[in-house]
Amino acid sequence: MATHTDGSAPARVAKKLRKNDIQHNDPSPRRRRRSSGWGWVGTPYLFLLVPVILLLGLTYYPVANMFWYSVTDWDGLAKTKDFVGFDNFVTVFTSPEYFAVFKVSLYYFFASFLQMGIALYFATVLSFNTRFRNFFKGVLFFPYLINGVAIGFIFLYFFRPDGTLDALMGILGLGDHTQHWLGERSIANYSLAATSVWRYTGLNFVLFLGAIQSIPGEIYEAAEIDGANKWHQFRYIIAPSIRPIIGLSFILAISGSLSVFEIPYVMTGGANGTETFVIKTVDTAFKFNKVGQASAMAVVLLAIVLVVTWMQKRLIPDEKVNQS
Amino acid sequence: MFPRTARQIAAVGAIASMLALSACSSDSDSAEGDVTLKVLTWRTDLVEDGTFDEYAERFTEANPTINVEFEGITDYEGEVKTRMSTDNYGDVLGIVGTVQPNQLGDFFEPLGTVDEIEETYRFVREKAYDGQVYGIPVVGNTQGIVYNKNVWAEAGLTDYPTTPEDFIAALEKIKSSTDAVPMYTNYAAGWTLTQWEGHRGEISADPNYVNSLLETDNPWTQGSDHFVIDSLLYDTVAAGLIEEDPTTTDWELSKDLLATGDVATMVLGSWAIVQMQQAAVDNGGAAEDIGYMPFPYQVDGKFHGSVGGDYNQAINVNSEHKEEARLWIDWFNNESGYAESQGGLSPLKDSPEPQVLQDFAAAGVEYVEQLPAEPGMEGKIDEIDNTAEIGLWQDMYRKRIIDAARGQADETKEDIFADLNARWKEARAEVMG
Repeated sequence: MATHTDGSAPARVAKKLRKNDIQHNDPSPRRRRRSSGWGWVGTPYLFLLVPVILLLGLTYYPVANMFWYSVTDWDGLAKTKDFVGFDNFVTVFTSPEYFAVFKVSLYYFFASFLQMGIALYFATVLSFNTRFRNFFKGVLFFPYLINGVAIGFIFLYFFRPDGTLDALMGILGLGDHTQHWLGERSIANYSLAATSVWRYTGLNFVLFLGAIQSIPGEIYEAAEIDGANKWHQFRYIIAPSIRPIIGLSFILAISGSLSVFEIPYVMTGGANGTETFVIKTVDTAFKFNKVGQASAMAVVLLAIVLVVTWMQKRLIPDEKVNQS
Repeated sequence: MFPRTARQIAAVGAIASMLALSACSSDSDSAEGDVTLKVLTWRTDLVEDGTFDEYAERFTEANPTINVEFEGITDYEGEVKTRMSTDNYGDVLGIVGTVQPNQLGDFFEPLGTVDEIEETYRFVREKAYDGQVYGIPVVGNTQGIVYNKNVWAEAGLTDYPTTPEDFIAALEKIKSSTDAVPMYTNYAAGWTLTQWEGHRGEISADPNYVNSLLETDNPWTQGSDHFVIDSLLYDTVAAGLIEEDPTTTDWELSKDLLATGDVATMVLGSWAIVQMQQAAVDNGGAAEDIGYMPFPYQVDGKFHGSVGGDYNQAINVNSEHKEEARLWIDWFNNESGYAESQGGLSPLKDSPEPQVLQDFAAAGVEYVEQLPAEPGMEGKIDEIDNTAEIGLWQDMYRKRIIDAARGQADETKEDIFADLNARWKEARAEVMG
């Protein structure tokens, strides 16, 4: 790979130089090229080597391994792995308990609409000249910077009986309405989904804000001259301009809600009806020592996410919207 | 852009850093001739408070050419299991629960035949295969219920309950006459619920109970060990005798709650007694506030307590210092005083009953040790368990029992037991052929 230089920018420049050199009857184009100020022709590839090796070693190699494990009966420890064909996949698709857990994802999926709504609202408000806007941007983005496990523990204390939430409700005079936020099965998933909203709103917010700020200011000025108020500006300028980002957020919301893991795993361990597909996968691999089976589940999840993304792309084409 | 040399330096730097990454794995011994043993341990608390350093010093005094270095691992089971797919998992380590008996030889050095080792040690058969012992337990545990003596006295309870019904009646009395939570499940921590499984074998008082599971399609039948143990859990929870919200319990906090009398009982192995006594002292009480009672069930008028080894120390089969590692294991079990300080049964044969288990001695508790599996049947119970995805030593199915008992799921105790039996039956057919 490193010797094949055609097409790369430095090589092309070097070729041009060589042509000039020939016109000037320079007898040693090679030496000329070496001292052309672009350094050794392999240098860029050396730089590339590091990320490529990291990418192959830490992403593609493990994923390839996962595909291999998914057709074996490996228990995670044994020195030998027996090939079992598609047995693991058959088990995944024929056991209802593996797919039943996907309904828990619906809580997170619907919560993600709330999340996008909040993020869009604040991104719009803060894109105008609001007082302390940088401070509020920081406040909104901050939760996303916190480690997911830490968030789990924070909210575990927040939701426990007589915890932060109950105390807060007591102060507000709502003390009679406190619940077992995680203990009550009918509420537990809402509590967890709310935690997820708290965590990821900042990410959506930054995506939206970036898109909104890329809209040239003259458009707003022109709109204002035409008598558009803030709502009109949002409705007819901002919303159409950021549709691709909304589409992207939508994909992230779907794949995110299918693969929810950290927050419920830390807070409830998947107990009390909060088990998600990824928790089920992890339990299968590490509690029941069925790494082969769990790898098959991971492959299935990957396939589902890819299919959903592809369908969503087909249903809502987002390339054309910028022109409207 | 950059001068050429600067870019070359950067490229060389990038390569050098990669070399440095790959060089990380090579290890080196400190002084010439000296050997450094690496011991993996799950007792991060004892690594942090210096107890293990003191052991290491005393060991090096006795064996001047050997140094010991500890690596405390919080998620011991998970992390060590993963590391065991490489060669680099210390010189001495505790055998993780997921290693099947027939895999022991792949990962650990045999320490001697069962007969040889049993001249000195006990509880070794659990980690033996084909007549060879692969690990020696650091301490032996029995199973029971830790309780706060003051709370029980306040409720006017003097005798140990002898039946599950008695136990629930006692907890009812605690609920009505004190402010304490009668029983704390420690649901959230999860592993704490596996302590209930330790009581299997006590109901039947049968050292062959676990092996007999291979022969049955219905481990949860009226009167069976699992039925009685899990029924007690279910009935206690259903009677509302546990903490307000099990899903937000906190293990570290639970020690203080028991110590201060906010909680009356917890079902935990004997290893917990010392920790609870420590918590009692830390909270201004006395170690004597903490009592230990056997599981409320008697056979022929006698309580039974199952005994077994804690983690078994073993030698990495890839270790370069196997002889030194063996010296360490023997020293640890004979000289360190670890088992005694942990309030457990010493792994040494014919050692005296530990002080903390005097409650058991006074109550005349008989110890039951489960027999190892028949040759050829090693690991079959685990295999059935994993195939059925029940998880006898996992928290899930007991969490399910608690959830159902506190009315969070539409299933009764009978539904759960029927489902567990059905899964066991199917998996047993699959595994046993």
